[in-house]
Amino acid sequence: MEALLNALPGWELLPDTVQTVGVIVAQIVPILIALTLCVAYLTYAERKVIGYIQNRIGPNRVGYKGLLQPFADVLKLMLKEVVIPTNSNRFLFVIAPLLAIIPAFATWAVIPFTENFVLADINAGLLYVLALTSVGVYGVILAGWASNSKYAFLGAMRSAAQIVAYEIAMGFALVGVLMAAGSLNLSDIVRAQAGGTLMSWFWLPLLPLFVVYFISGIAETNRAPFDVAEGESEIVAGFHVEYSGMAFAVFFLAEYANMILIAALTALFFLGGWLSPFAGLPVLGDTFLAESGFFWFALKTALFLFCFLWFRATFPRYRYDQIMRLGWKVFIPVTIIWIFVLGGMVYLEIGPWAR
Amino acid sequence: MIGHVLFFALAAVLLSAAVGVITSRNPVYSAMFLVLAFFVSAGLWLLLEAEFLAIVLVLVYVGAVMVLFLFVVMMLDINLARLREGFSRYAPLGAVVSLVIVALLANVFWFRAQDTPLMMTPELRSAEVSNTRELGSVLYTEHVYAFELAAVILLVAIVAAITLTMRRRPGLKVQDVARQVAVRREDRVRLVKMDADKE
Repeated sequence: MEALLNALPGWELLPDTVQTVGVIVAQIVPILIALTLCVAYLTYAERKVIGYIQNRIGPNRVGYKGLLQPFADVLKLMLKEVVIPTNSNRFLFVIAPLLAIIPAFATWAVIPFTENFVLADINAGLLYVLALTSVGVYGVILAGWASNSKYAFLGAMRSAAQIVAYEIAMGFALVGVLMAAGSLNLSDIVRAQAGGTLMSWFWLPLLPLFVVYFISGIAETNRAPFDVAEGESEIVAGFHVEYSGMAFAVFFLAEYANMILIAALTALFFLGGWLSPFAGLPVLGDTFLAESGFFWFALKTALFLFCFLWFRATFPRYRYDQIMRLGWKVFIPVTIIWIFVLGGMVYLEIGPWAR
Repeated sequence: MIGHVLFFALAAVLLSAAVGVITSRNPVYSAMFLVLAFFVSAGLWLLLEAEFLAIVLVLVYVGAVMVLFLFVVMMLDINLARLREGFSRYAPLGAVVSLVIVALLANVFWFRAQDTPLMMTPELRSAEVSNTRELGSVLYTEHVYAFELAAVILLVAIVAAITLTMRRRPGLKVQDVARQVAVRREDRVRLVKMDADKE
């Protein structure tokens, strides 16, 4: 990317600060475009996967096998009118979708896609991720409140309580990860899992935390079976019931970007990110399967994304009090106990800590 | 140079957000101004290379505390006219209190600060030094007792808060989750075998 910019006429004449900003922007833009395209095709994949699970075909009219369906949807949403309800809080109503999407995109700054490519390789990467994912809830709460609608408000209240509850379990699960890796830097966390096959990844020694993290991730993104914030059978569409057109599309985009984010983070923390599961297998030799790289990271992320869709098609929605019980009374104790077990394992040098 | 511009920009936003917290009429706006103030002060801390503190400020205050604040504030039905009722009666008292506070602050910042020598700007560390590790190495060794004391106080506060909400009301119907989970099909559904209707 930098080479491309250097080839521009007059690039060297620009001041250093402008050049630095230029390079950063030139890295951000491809990531965002790729992410948006991923979101578009995730919606397509969702409809197809759920379709086949329910013995239907799914979208197949627009383009070959319906492959242009996401673009048709975007076009439709762009042409629709954005209705702002009467007596709603205009400013907060408009700004709420932005508050939902900004953290969903900003978190990607610290995600290492391969060994060498990460936008911002900061020391406190894991904390940054936790902080930004917890900020996303403002979009939901403000949307619910500003809409001046009882259904939207109920959805917002449910969502706020749920996200606060599951954030704690999520944070504790990540405490286990950073105990195992000894670092807050996401690249270092992946590197700590290197040096072996599948068994050296964190999913095995941190198995309960892995399960808790992924399920809490589903709850954080308000996806089925934890989608009481939307709960269409009870409160129409929850917090975004009053949104239409592009304002709704932005919420939609944020939800799916968050799904991809949670899937990518789970892959990084527990399944060794870009590491290849077949590293060192003599049968494969030098093929790309044995090599660590973006391919594996994408594959693992796709695996978790498929789980998101699979769960949605499989499980009925949780009742609200059961969600709270699961978060506070099951997940948090499980994570705390496993942190103690981990402490014992580190102290006695068992498993991955044997040196 | 850029550092200075950023500092003054962030400071200006911080101050106006702080003024917004106390002047806006809508309590939700006040809460959102407070969120903005937290964000901007996190930015100021980042300029000071205290990235751990900055991120934790966003994580704890913006991510958790203010969400609960908003949660409560949104459910309030505030009657501003009733709140303003005694304004002129209590205004002199309020003026006295604020004057005392201003005097105390002036005492600290103006008069006592004159005796303390100006602190030199500490040398900037390289980006390799992990802020979190540095904090941890001091927190768990030198200040370990203070740290554990703080933890115990927080724990007591949690227990106290939970105890306050644990009241048993008579006649309350509660679900026994263990029994719900243990339910089998035979307890709820009876399958009856019967002939199909003959017409």
